[in-house]
Amino acid sequence: MNLFDILGPVMVGPSSSHTAGAVRIGRMAHRLLDEGTPVRADIVLSGSFAATGCGHGTDRALVAGLLGMQTDDERIKDSFAEAAACGMAYAFSRVNLAGEHPNTAKIDLVGASGRTLSMTASSLGGGRIAVVALNGLRVRFSGDLPTLIVQNRDLPGHVRDVSDVLARDGVNIATLHLYRDHPGGDAVMVIEIDKAISAQRLDTLRAIRGITAVTFVGAQEEE
Amino acid sequence: MAIESLAALMDAGAREDLFEVIVRSDCVDRGVTREASIARMTALYDAIRRARSGYDPALRSRSGMVGGDGAKMRAHAQSGRTICGPYIGGVLAQALEMGESNACMKCIVAAPTAGSCGVLPAVLLPYQERENLPDAAMVRALYVAGAIGQVIAQKASIAGAAGGCQAESGTASAMGAAALCYLAGGSAQAVCHAAALALKSLLGLVCDPVAGLVEVPCVKRNAAGAMIAMSSADLALAGIRSAVPPDQVIDAMREVGDKMDVSLRETGMGGVAATPFGQRVAEQMMENA
Ligand code: SF4
Repeated sequence: MNLFDILGPVMVGPSSSHTAGAVRIGRMAHRLLDEGTPVRADIVLSGSFAATGCGHGTDRALVAGLLGMQTDDERIKDSFAEAAACGMAYAFSRVNLAGEHPNTAKIDLVGASGRTLSMTASSLGGGRIAVVALNGLRVRFSGDLPTLIVQNRDLPGHVRDVSDVLARDGVNIATLHLYRDHPGGDAVMVIEIDKAISAQRLDTLRAIRGITAVTFVGAQEEE
Repeated sequence: MAIESLAALMDAGAREDLFEVIVRSDCVDRGVTREASIARMTALYDAIRRARSGYDPALRSRSGMVGGDGAKMRAHAQSGRTICGPYIGGVLAQALEMGESNACMKCIVAAPTAGSCGVLPAVLLPYQERENLPDAAMVRALYVAGAIGQVIAQKASIAGAAGGCQAESGTASAMGAAALCYLAGGSAQAVCHAAALALKSLLGLVCDPVAGLVEVPCVKRNAAGAMIAMSSADLALAGIRSAVPPDQVIDAMREVGDKMDVSLRETGMGGVAATPFGQRVAEQMMENA
């Protein structure tokens, strides 16, 4: 853990895993949807999120994150009212997601354009999170580094296409992971990079045949 | 170069100021400049101060168990009737206030965790005022506190779910002891022994939050952690050393944590959480869920 994993996060209490981590999970879903505040959110709480989440404000923290709030936003405790004001409908259910980390939430979003997103993420402690499923595919990334998420059909050549585009911007790849459901099926490329990528390059990527969605999430902004 | 042990810290700190050792390690660790590192730590200290002024004695936690005690303690500290005197009274009040702010969903700085967020502010803020220290000195002390936490996290744990409350309150107290000892001019050796003395004093402490909430006993343990931080710093400044080498104290903490039953590691099923009172609160929370 680095020095600022020990000191920090600056956060609204009471729990770094159940409150701050939950805000970050909600915010990650908000950013992955990539079109502002969703109009509808269906949230499944699992494990200890379901058991003690209410007392820790996990529910309000997730909604706050979905509205785009950060861990230190004092409006977190009033996020239900904020959601109503922003026109975001939400519903909670409690289901045990077998095999997942004890602090896990599954979030299904519908955006204003009708775009949908399904994300499952776990709060690992100290406010750190990991996305473990995206639109039905198993993945694993934290969002600690700037992260590029490319959804595509599993066809040969896409890794090269994407890395070519990144190289043109002089962007260095830190890690690259591929996930797919079956050969030739849906696939996700999760690429952690050292710096942000330009909007123009994102559009170049989107234009590549077989690529269905491209999302960029910058590093977790810090206090 | 991440700092891997207190022995390494004492070694490096014998030749050079501890702050210099730690800031350099942070720069390498996170790939940032010295200026960026210090700016972020300075912002963190500002956030601690903002968190202090955000305290509201009228607030109550979700369960209703927590709130208002910080203000009671502050009034008592100024009453002339304290056992510990007005200074320590103020420290205790600060510890409670920060813990209560956390339980009441106000903004705090986890150090190392949200449950133990009151210890460091409680020992640092009043000390700065009493000694009239510049912010820059406090920021340097935060580096020292952070490095102690880093070593403990690496060798053992700072999560109640993994190591019990000794890992949270114990680590917070060790960090506070080290920071105070450093500010008072203690050597690197004294700083690390102050941390070890604090950790040893809280060794074995279980994590037993009532209804699984970071409220009871967490808030009041901040007061205890702050007291032990101060006493440990003074012992070390007096030249007293932990008979057990500091790294071995951390190893012992880990071993105790590993042996701790799961009911005593944040599950809300043992210790004060399992008392009739604790069970009643848990039932009420379930009904209101
Ligand atoms: S009792 Fe558990 S939850 Fe409370 S402060 Fe200690 S470690 Fe954290």
